[in-house]
Amino acid sequence: MRKPHRSSLAVTAGIAAVALVAAACSSSSSSPSSSSTSALTASAPGITATTITIGSHQPLTGVAAPGYDEIAPASNAYFQYVNAHGGIYGRKIIYKYLNDQYDPTITSTVVHQLVLQDNVYAIFNGLGTPTHLAVVKYLNDSKVPDVFVASGCECWNDPSTYPDTFGWQLDYIREGKILGNYIEKHFAGKKIGYFYQDDEFGGDGVKGLNYEIPKSQVVAAESYNPAVTNVEPQVTALKAAGAQVVVSFSVPAFTALLRLISLKLSFAPQLVVSDVGSDPITLAGLLESFAKQGGATVSGNALTQGIITDGYLPSLGDTSNSWIKLMTMIHSKYLSKYPLDGNVAYGIAAGYTFVQAMLKAGRNPTRQDLINAINGGLPQGFSVSPYAYSSTDHNGITGAYMAEIENGALSPIGPVQITDTNPTGSITTYTVAQPPAPASGIPSP
Amino acid sequence: MTLLRHLGTAIIVAVVLVALSIQLGAYRDYQMAEVAAYVAAVAGLTVLIGLSGQISVGNGAFMAVGAYGGALLLLHLNWPLYLVFLAAAVIAAAGGAIFGIAAARLRGPYLAGATLMLAVALPTLADQYTSVFGGDQGLSTSISTPAFLGATFPPTRWLAWVTCAAALITLVLLANLNRSRIGRSWRAVRDDEVAAALSGLNVARLQILAFVVSAACAGIGGVLLAVVTGIVAPGAYTLTLSIGLLTAAVVGGLGSLLGAVWGSLVLVLVPTYLTNVAASQGLSGAASSSVPIAAYGVVLIVVMLAFPAGIQGGLRRLFGPAAPAAAVPFNALRRRRPAAENQEEGLHEKAT
Repeated sequence: MRKPHRSSLAVTAGIAAVALVAAACSSSSSSPSSSSTSALTASAPGITATTITIGSHQPLTGVAAPGYDEIAPASNAYFQYVNAHGGIYGRKIIYKYLNDQYDPTITSTVVHQLVLQDNVYAIFNGLGTPTHLAVVKYLNDSKVPDVFVASGCECWNDPSTYPDTFGWQLDYIREGKILGNYIEKHFAGKKIGYFYQDDEFGGDGVKGLNYEIPKSQVVAAESYNPAVTNVEPQVTALKAAGAQVVVSFSVPAFTALLRLISLKLSFAPQLVVSDVGSDPITLAGLLESFAKQGGATVSGNALTQGIITDGYLPSLGDTSNSWIKLMTMIHSKYLSKYPLDGNVAYGIAAGYTFVQAMLKAGRNPTRQDLINAINGGLPQGFSVSPYAYSSTDHNGITGAYMAEIENGALSPIGPVQITDTNPTGSITTYTVAQPPAPASGIPSP
Repeated sequence: MTLLRHLGTAIIVAVVLVALSIQLGAYRDYQMAEVAAYVAAVAGLTVLIGLSGQISVGNGAFMAVGAYGGALLLLHLNWPLYLVFLAAAVIAAAGGAIFGIAAARLRGPYLAGATLMLAVALPTLADQYTSVFGGDQGLSTSISTPAFLGATFPPTRWLAWVTCAAALITLVLLANLNRSRIGRSWRAVRDDEVAAALSGLNVARLQILAFVVSAACAGIGGVLLAVVTGIVAPGAYTLTLSIGLLTAAVVGGLGSLLGAVWGSLVLVLVPTYLTNVAASQGLSGAASSSVPIAAYGVVLIVVMLAFPAGIQGGLRRLFGPAAPAAAVPFNALRRRRPAAENQEEGLHEKAT
């Protein structure tokens, strides 16, 4: 008899508390998500009346750091811009990114710290396939939004297992298909070799390539391990197989190694490189510094000249583009110590998408509100093609244009093409023009 | 009697740890679990160096053996956790036995060199057999909280309980071993191999046994770390880890199990704390991630200058009764000095 009595008392107290809270809310305004005047509350972990704290794991040192270490500061630059122009419904974004050295075990440790100690609202743009795989289950178990992972692995698109995880950049299967389609059309009959990172990143890319390139044309497939910087055996094998075109799904440091070892072995295939490993400015810098370590002098731009790749953000060379103008403004104001390269563009663009999603999530969002907002789809931002986001699809950008590196910049050599991740899904030209950037530089809610 | 006393202490410590885990927040529980994992591994190493007088720069590799062994059992056979821990210890011990047989023929820097090779070479096996070990990405080893604790039970508290329990059991077993005939024989071998052999001890066998014990502890530490981080990947078991273990054993106080606890606390807490301090000082990411490495070095130098016998040795000197020979473990490091008085001392000890 005592037990039910006690619990009924608790229920009564609970109802009273809820009623009080409801009264407090209604005194300022009605539904918090639709109103523009309701008080800002600490609606979720990491959200206070004045701030939104988010976290990330990034390779600030180590093998993946060259180039990628600019991404989080670039996102942060965009957040500073937003903070200086009213924030998100008045709240300022605090972005705490920790170094995981591209080591999955450290990723696990720092993400636990961000979630448990720093109490972040969401993990944003966690970088790397092997690294982020170490924490994706933990984040979903803990119901922490895991948004816009900085990796194109298909693993992030699994809404039934990982409902709180969303990809962002063009996934490697789609990218492999678009690159493969171009190779099939422009290098018919040529001998093709693959050079790829030995994990889901390279594996997904090769999967996409194989959907398009006839098997008979592929003469060699060589993988590398990011912990082993000697890739001479792989390049020797590609040369021995007589590859005329080498497709590379590699991080920038390994694209540079591939290029330098090829040079050393007098092996000069046409290089086709995945977007993540082809930023011209990063590559040129790496090529020059690696060559210097080996006692040689090379011109980075000369060595990147003619590399074929793809781009899903507007080309940085297109200075009349409203998005590039916005990017240049933010870069010069908040981030001038880095060059305006593909990594900075990436970080700013991903930051923009996060702001889009937060604005859509409402004034006093719970964690689930952010998930629901993205599941409901997001309008196109910096990217040249639309997002795939829906409650059944957690992939982000769906297409890209083919490009060639010319004098250290991407130069488009084809229209924007979109596709899906199916083996037989068609690749179609996307003719809808990209909507211009908002004049304020901040997406409308 | 000794066993009972150790068990009693362990139970009291266990109660304190449980209370502590409830008091502390989720992240502190997580750190507690991390510390516990390192305690198991460092305790094994401190026994190896401090008691048997051998040096290993490769215990990180044995941690990897235990971690991968445990992960495979957890993933494919779904064994219960305690069996997985036990199996990880056995697998690593087997590895330690194989290596120990070879190591028993080596001395001083040569032994260190061989273990160094192990630390460098072994983790790359994971990249050679990617289908089994998952390559660079590793294997997932996250465990779930048992249902009887309820859905709202903090997962990190469960992690802390599991790892602390395993580490405590390891410590109790080591403490007993230390007090047993084997422990005494180890000390005899450490202080003077010739004298030990003359008095009828099988030096080689004792040294192999010490290697096996330390490998088993490293194996437990490895599987605990795997369970805590939820992943086993070769990047975690590099030479840096092995040297970190050695550092923890020396900083804590060689040969002392309590020292292993101090050393592990330093190993886990100092870098995290320093990263946070550096980040809050507004340093850029790359700079703030380099500061801890530099500051860590400074901490080590200061500790070694102030307490040459490690933290535990220092505490003993400050608070203990008439200081026992805290520097004795260091005989292991200077064993090659053939001073006549040393030999006399050894013989004298044997006689008493």
